[in-house]
Amino acid sequence: MIEVRGLHFSYDRDEVLRGVNTTISDGEFVAIMGENGAGKTTLVKHFNGLLKPTKGEVTIDGVSTKKTTVANLSRKVGLVFQNPDHQLFSETVFQEVAFSMKNFGYSEEVIKKRVDFILETLDLSSYADSSPFMLSGGERKRVALASVLVSDPKHIVLDEPTIGQDFQQKDKLRNFIIQMNAQGRTVVIVTHDVEFVVDCKPRVILVSGGHIIADGTYYEVLSDTALIQKASLTSPQIAMLMLSLKDLGFNPKILDIYQAKADLEQRLSNVVYKDV
Amino acid sequence: MEIVSARNLTFTYAGSRRPAIEGVNFSVRQGEFVVLTGPSGCGKTTLARCLNALIPSFYQGELSGSLSVLNKDISNSSTSELSRKVGFVFQNPENQLFSLSVERDVAFGPENLGLPREETKRRVDWAMRLTGIDGLREAAPYELSGGQQQRAAIASVLAMRPEIMVLDEPTSFLDPLSASQILEAIANLRQEIGITIVLIEHRLDLASKYANRILIMDKGRVILEGPPSEVYSEEVRLIGVGIPKVSMLFHLLKQDGFDLGETPVTVDEASQRLRRLLRYD
Amino acid sequence: MLSIRMFEGFKFKQRKTPIHRLDPRPKFMIALTIFALSLIFANVMVFLLLFLAQLPLVCISRSVRRWLGSIKGGAILAAMIFVMNFLTGSTLVFSATMTLRFLVLVSAFSLFFMTTSPDDLGLALEKARVPYTLSFTFTMAVRLVPTIALEAQTIIDAQRSRGLEMERGNLIQRIRNYIPILIPLIVSAIRRSTELAEALESRAFGVTKDRESLVELRMKLSDYATVIIALAVLAIGIYVQLLITLPSLDTGIKMPALWKF
Repeated sequence: MIEVRGLHFSYDRDEVLRGVNTTISDGEFVAIMGENGAGKTTLVKHFNGLLKPTKGEVTIDGVSTKKTTVANLSRKVGLVFQNPDHQLFSETVFQEVAFSMKNFGYSEEVIKKRVDFILETLDLSSYADSSPFMLSGGERKRVALASVLVSDPKHIVLDEPTIGQDFQQKDKLRNFIIQMNAQGRTVVIVTHDVEFVVDCKPRVILVSGGHIIADGTYYEVLSDTALIQKASLTSPQIAMLMLSLKDLGFNPKILDIYQAKADLEQRLSNVVYKDV
Repeated sequence: MEIVSARNLTFTYAGSRRPAIEGVNFSVRQGEFVVLTGPSGCGKTTLARCLNALIPSFYQGELSGSLSVLNKDISNSSTSELSRKVGFVFQNPENQLFSLSVERDVAFGPENLGLPREETKRRVDWAMRLTGIDGLREAAPYELSGGQQQRAAIASVLAMRPEIMVLDEPTSFLDPLSASQILEAIANLRQEIGITIVLIEHRLDLASKYANRILIMDKGRVILEGPPSEVYSEEVRLIGVGIPKVSMLFHLLKQDGFDLGETPVTVDEASQRLRRLLRYD
Repeated sequence: MLSIRMFEGFKFKQRKTPIHRLDPRPKFMIALTIFALSLIFANVMVFLLLFLAQLPLVCISRSVRRWLGSIKGGAILAAMIFVMNFLTGSTLVFSATMTLRFLVLVSAFSLFFMTTSPDDLGLALEKARVPYTLSFTFTMAVRLVPTIALEAQTIIDAQRSRGLEMERGNLIQRIRNYIPILIPLIVSAIRRSTELAEALESRAFGVTKDRESLVELRMKLSDYATVIIALAVLAIGIYVQLLITLPSLDTGIKMPALWKF
C-alpha cells in the first residue's frame, strides 16, 4: 500500500507539493493527471524515495521512505521513466535488462531465468544479444520497461508512457498495463493523455498547483468540465459529445465510445434511419 | 498554385537496406494546411526532411525521383538556401533554441541571413507579436514552458519569412491544452499571413479541424489522401492511425448499419449531426 | 574536493542593477585590474582591502547569497593553500596572505560572471574580432549547461531507480558506478548535437560572414567611467608598489623547525 500523508515538497524555495494526502491500495490502477508542472512527477518520485518529503510522510507497505534507501524501495516500486535514452548504457539488451537484478544481488541463474522471461513477454527475445542503441524508438521503450519489470516489483509507476507513441503502440501499451494490473500489481500511470486514460478506465487523481483537486472514477472526474479546465487538460471527445446532447436525454458521464455507441443506436433505432 | 511537387520520390538512408520513403507522389498548393500522419516509421519525418533539403544535403543516402519546392529542385539545393522559403519547426523545442533570450533567438535567423539591423528588428517584433510571445523577450529558453518554447521556435522560423512552414510533431512534448493552443496559433498564422502549412501530427483529434487535407503514410508509401472526413471513413485504425473518437464513433455506427452520412471531424460537427437526426425522435 | 556550490557562484542571474547594466568590457577590466594587483602585491593588508572593496559591489548587484556560496565553495581549496604554505615553512601571516589572494581572485571573477550575461559576453567576444563560430560555440555551451545538468539529474534518478547505489563500494566500484550515468549522457549529447545541427542548417547558420546582430554593445558614460576608475586604481597600485614600502604585518610565527621538509 502507498500512503501519502500531509506531503509538502519544495525544490530550493519553490514549493511544488502543498499538502498532498492519498492512499493507493495494493492492486489498484490509478492515473495521476494534471498539467506540466502541477507536481505529478514530483509526487511519484516520492514513491521510491528519490525525493524525500520536506514535510509530511510517504509510506510504502508500512515503511516510511525517509527511513530507507532508494535501492531498497526500488525492489518494491518500479519506476519507469519517460525517456528510455536516459537509462540505456549496456552492450547488450540482456545486460541492460539484467542491470537492476544485479544491483539487487540476485544469483546468475535467477537473473538468466527472469531476464529470458521478461524478454519473451515483451517480444524482445530476438534482440537479447543486440546493442540497445541499435533498436528503434518503440523497441527501446520496451527495453526500458523490461529493465524495470524484470525484478517483478509489486508496484509499478510509469511516467508519461504515451509520449511519442502512435495509436497502435498506445493500444499495445494499454493492453499490457491492464494485464499487469490484472496480475495483481499496483499500477500508477502519470499522464496528461486524456483519451488514453479513458480507454484504460482507472481511478483518476487530478493534481493542480501542488494539490489534489479530484480523486475518483475516471468517468466522474473526466466528465467534470470545471475540473478539467482547472487542471489544464482537455475533455475527452465522447464526454464533450454526450454533454452537448444532455438536453436530449443523454448521460454526460458516458466516456466510453462503445457505451456511447450503444446508447445512440438505441435512440437512433426509434428514428427511421436505420440502413439495413 | 502548386508549390510542392513530388514525383515518385524514393529515399534510402545511408547504411539502411530498405527505403524510408518509396514512390511518393505528393503535392501541396499555396495556402493549404496539410497534415501528414501515419504509424511510427512510416516515413513522414523522412518526407518532411526532403521539403527543406535536409535530405539529401544533411542526411546521406540515395535519393531518386523528383521533388521541387517553390520551383527549386531539392536534389540540387542546400538547406541554407531553402531556409528563406521553407521554415522547419522540430519536435524538441529545446534543441532548436540557441540563445539565452527569446528575442535573440528570434533574431538568429535574420542575423544569419545578413540582414541589416533595422530589418531584423522589424521582423523580430512582427514574429513575436504574431505568436503572442511579445512579453517573453528577455526570458531564457530553459525558463519557458514547453508551449512557450514552441512558440519561440515558431517565431524564430517566421522571422525568416518563409512561404511554407513544416512542423514535425510540434506538440509531442506538450500537455493537451498547450498542444491545442499551439495548433490554433499555427492555424491563425495561416489566416493572417497566408503561409502554407505542412504539419506532421499524431494528435488528429486536435489537428483535424484545421486541415484541408490529410495524408496517411505507411511503410514509406502514401496510402490515403483527402479531406479529413473522407479519410476518416476508412479503416485507418488498422494501420495504426488514431482518428478522433467522434469520427470513430460514426464509423462504428456505420458498421452496425447506421449510416449517418459524412464522417464528422470535430465534436461540434458530430453533435450538430446527431441533434438533427435525433430531433426526429 | 571542489564543491558544486562553488560553481553556483559563477552562474549568471538577470537582475536590474547598475553593475548588471555595465558593458561586459569595463567589468572585465575591473576583474583584470584586481587580478593584476593581486599579482603585484603580496601584502595581507592590500589583499584584505581588495577583498573588502568588492563587498559593496556584491551588495549593489544583489548577489550576496550566491557570492557567499562561491566563497564557501572555494573555502576548502583556500584552506588547502593555507595548510600547504604553513607546513612548508612559511609564516602564519604569509600563509594567510596567499589564501586571501586566492579568495580575492575567486571573488572578483565570481562577481564578473554573476553580473554578465553570457549573451553579452558572446557579443563582447565578437566585438573583439573573435570569429563568430567561436563566440557562438561559447554562448551555446553556456546555454546548454542547465539543460544538461537537468538531464544528468534525470539519468541519475533513473539509474538509482534500478538499484544503482552511487555511494556504495570502494574507490574502483564508485568510479564504475559512473558508467551508467556517463554513457546515456554522452549518447544524449551526440543525439542532441545532431538535432542542433539540423536546426542550425534550417536557420541558415553560416550563410553570411557579415552578421549584424540585433543587439549592439555600446559603451555608455558609466562604462567609460568604470574603465577610467579601473585604470586609475591600477596606476595607483603600481605607484604604491614601486615607491612606497608598505608595513609588513608579519608576526614571524612559523611552524616549529622539526616539521620543516
